[in-house]
Amino acid sequence: MKTLLSTLALTTALTVPALAIAKPVTLTANMNQYGGDGAYLALYVTDAQGTYMGSLWMAGGKSKYYEHLSDWYRATGGNTAEINGITGASVGAGRELKITLDLADALFDAGYELHIDASVEDMRDSPSEVVVPLTTKGAGQPVAGRRYIRDFTYDM
Amino acid sequence: MLRALHKFPGLIAALLIIVMTLSGAVLSVLPALETVQAPAQSDPTLTVATLADRIAIAYPGVEQIRRAPSGRITAFYFDAGRPGAVVIDPATGVGVAEYEHSAFQRWMTNLHRSLFLGDAGRLTAAAGAASLLVLSISGLMLTARRVGGWRRFFSRLRRGPLMGRLHVEVARMTVAGLLLSSATALFMTASTFDLLPQSSVPVFPAEVSGQTGAAPGTMGLLRDTPVDILRELTFPYPDDPTDVFMLKTNLGEGYLDQGTGAMLVWTNAGRWQRLTETIYMLHTGQGIAWLGLILGLMALGAPFMAVTGVVLWVQARRARPRIKDNVAAGQADTILLVGSEGGSTWGFAATLHAALTLAGHKVHSAAMSQFSPDRYTQAERLIVLAATYGEGTAPGSAKGFLDRLAALPKAPDMPLAVLGFGDRQFPGFCAYAADVTRMAKEKGWEQLLPMATVDRQSPQEFARWGRDLGGALGQPLELSHSPAIPRSHTLTLISRREYGAEMQTPAAILRFATPKTKLWARLTGRGLGRFSPGDLLGIVPKGSHVPRFYSLASGRSDGFVEICVSRHPGGLCSGQLLDLAVGDSVQGFIRHNPDFRPVRGRSPVILIGAGTGIGPLAGFTRANHSGRPMHLYFGARHPDSDLFYEDDLQEWREDGRLASVTTAFSRSSTHAYVQDALRADAERLAKLIGEGAQVLVCGGRDMAAGVADALADILIPAGLTPAVLKAEGRYVEDTY
Repeated sequence: MKTLLSTLALTTALTVPALAIAKPVTLTANMNQYGGDGAYLALYVTDAQGTYMGSLWMAGGKSKYYEHLSDWYRATGGNTAEINGITGASVGAGRELKITLDLADALFDAGYELHIDASVEDMRDSPSEVVVPLTTKGAGQPVAGRRYIRDFTYDM
Repeated sequence: MLRALHKFPGLIAALLIIVMTLSGAVLSVLPALETVQAPAQSDPTLTVATLADRIAIAYPGVEQIRRAPSGRITAFYFDAGRPGAVVIDPATGVGVAEYEHSAFQRWMTNLHRSLFLGDAGRLTAAAGAASLLVLSISGLMLTARRVGGWRRFFSRLRRGPLMGRLHVEVARMTVAGLLLSSATALFMTASTFDLLPQSSVPVFPAEVSGQTGAAPGTMGLLRDTPVDILRELTFPYPDDPTDVFMLKTNLGEGYLDQGTGAMLVWTNAGRWQRLTETIYMLHTGQGIAWLGLILGLMALGAPFMAVTGVVLWVQARRARPRIKDNVAAGQADTILLVGSEGGSTWGFAATLHAALTLAGHKVHSAAMSQFSPDRYTQAERLIVLAATYGEGTAPGSAKGFLDRLAALPKAPDMPLAVLGFGDRQFPGFCAYAADVTRMAKEKGWEQLLPMATVDRQSPQEFARWGRDLGGALGQPLELSHSPAIPRSHTLTLISRREYGAEMQTPAAILRFATPKTKLWARLTGRGLGRFSPGDLLGIVPKGSHVPRFYSLASGRSDGFVEICVSRHPGGLCSGQLLDLAVGDSVQGFIRHNPDFRPVRGRSPVILIGAGTGIGPLAGFTRANHSGRPMHLYFGARHPDSDLFYEDDLQEWREDGRLASVTTAFSRSSTHAYVQDALRADAERLAKLIGEGAQVLVCGGRDMAAGVADALADILIPAGLTPAVLKAEGRYVEDTY
């Protein structure tokens, strides 16, 4: 556990160099037609107690809006170093976010959870819109979000 | 420079500005609508604690309460796993309507701020705002220059074509809003792109009591916070004892323990945050709906100015002719410098340039602002054609000329001729040209010709000066400048009324048929166009290129074109006109003269004229169907000779179109001029003018001067002068 955490601490983004024990994981989020502007999404991992481990992806480029991804913001203090190099565009209503990352095997079946915070301008914030345990069995199983995300899947 | 600064961003950004300001005007209405629609909060002492308790009872799954600047309160809640949002009546805590985010507002907002193009669109929109700001500032300065100073910024505009005046009028009404909207827009863009310092947000509390279950109504901070300053109250997640209440108000934000209700962390809003919020409020009107409405109305001025601005620019471009055979400064024997504001002086310059070139000279024409005597190595003379801007300011293309002249160690060793262009009706007639002449004399600059002037683009005066210049050059110089003669139309004489035969000064009222034009010609501006009494009819006599102008005694609605003409000794045009028989025709065109007509309203009008000057005054009277009090003072030679419109005056007097007619005859036994009639009526005139009457004078220049003297005496008791009335637009002259 200690080793894993230190690995996580070293690579805050949770992705690891290809040489380490890792495999490509594809994360897919399909958005609802929620009738608003592009959604900001923060994808990050916590342990079973909800303690923040690190970020996987940030959809949305303007840091002034990150406070509306309130769980992520609370965990990180809005530190943009957490998402350096893993930031993309916000995701429009009805659109799909698809990213492929090399994730350490140790993240799976070890009680870790993947969270997605969502936020849309002038609409309610939706922290932990999606919370899904990372397990090998759960791969490929769509999970519904609370408000903005129609379904979310991770595939290995 | 200033003009260029106003012109180029304007042309490029015109379309962009139209889109931004129209969408902005639409958006400006929304905060007011929201304020009207939101359930009113009648109790000013209502606290967040009470409100939160009420809402928590109605919606046990409440997650967040938000108060919009409009006062609308929205609650977000979860009920049986389904998220909901309602607009709350603060008196009950119960929802009155489902909260739905307006798709229209979102669409309009996205158009307004980013043209649906994301960050690239935001930057484009910001560029539009920046150009609007530059245009507003440069436009302000141009206006101040035009009216003769900041103090007179709102004074009445009396010259220039209608389009130009409308452009300035609308600008003066709306510039404040446009400045505010564009400056705040730029600030908001900078904020969006993180170019401004970020405000600090409170750090989430590291330790909480671990207890749960305190009702909001028991929490001290919430009990001390009135709803009026609430922004957001976020409830803790159910079943998470580490979570807290979060409160945002106008003053700052902080966290409260969900077990004890104690305030755990509080951060006051920083200066930047307050500034950002204030600017956001000023731009959107959210929170000050009335300001939003005003700004929205003012924003509508921008599309208008964009369109009129482009039209004005195109007109000015067309009006400024291309100078052919312009020789380089170093090779020219004659340097021609032009100080022009609107471009019409360039037309005269082009004519002079062509005539001098034809006479074998090498001419270099340039703007006065490009005055650089050390480059004029071959020059033998320098000619300055200078208009005047406002009350004696340098016109646009002459900026810096006087400074440069003053800085010269000695005057250039080529003689100088100055010709001023202006309008005698204004106090600063050719004042700038006079300044140039004065400074040149102080410098000891040799004068080729004494300074001369051209009043209201008079081709005759220009031609006369040309002959003087030719005399000085020792060669004939014929300057036939027709200041952009518009397309002429054939006018056929339908009736003539004879006068003046008894005094050996033949005169006539000539009435022409309005030429029939096809709809298409009218639409494309190729018809005779609209005209009113007081406008001018330009007639190009046979054997001349230079038009003569006659004041119109009729308007388009009268259905005919009427002028009053008397024969001038040796006058080419008046002779040809008076020789016309019914059925004959001449070529003519309309020149608008919008300053010379009664101002709108019900105030009395005093019409003063002599001789054929009665023409436009009769026209104003004929059109006075509303029976507004019009008083005519008319000077003629003899009642049997040249009492123009005698029968009509009688008729108009009877049907109320004329309130009074006073005549003065100089060759009858009374030997009275019209100014004598005015003096005899001093008391009544002073009273009428005191009541706000407008004075319109038409006739020869000597008569107009006599009238001005008489009125000056009449107005002394009232503490007024003709100059003051002129400045207010209540004293206008049309003299010849």
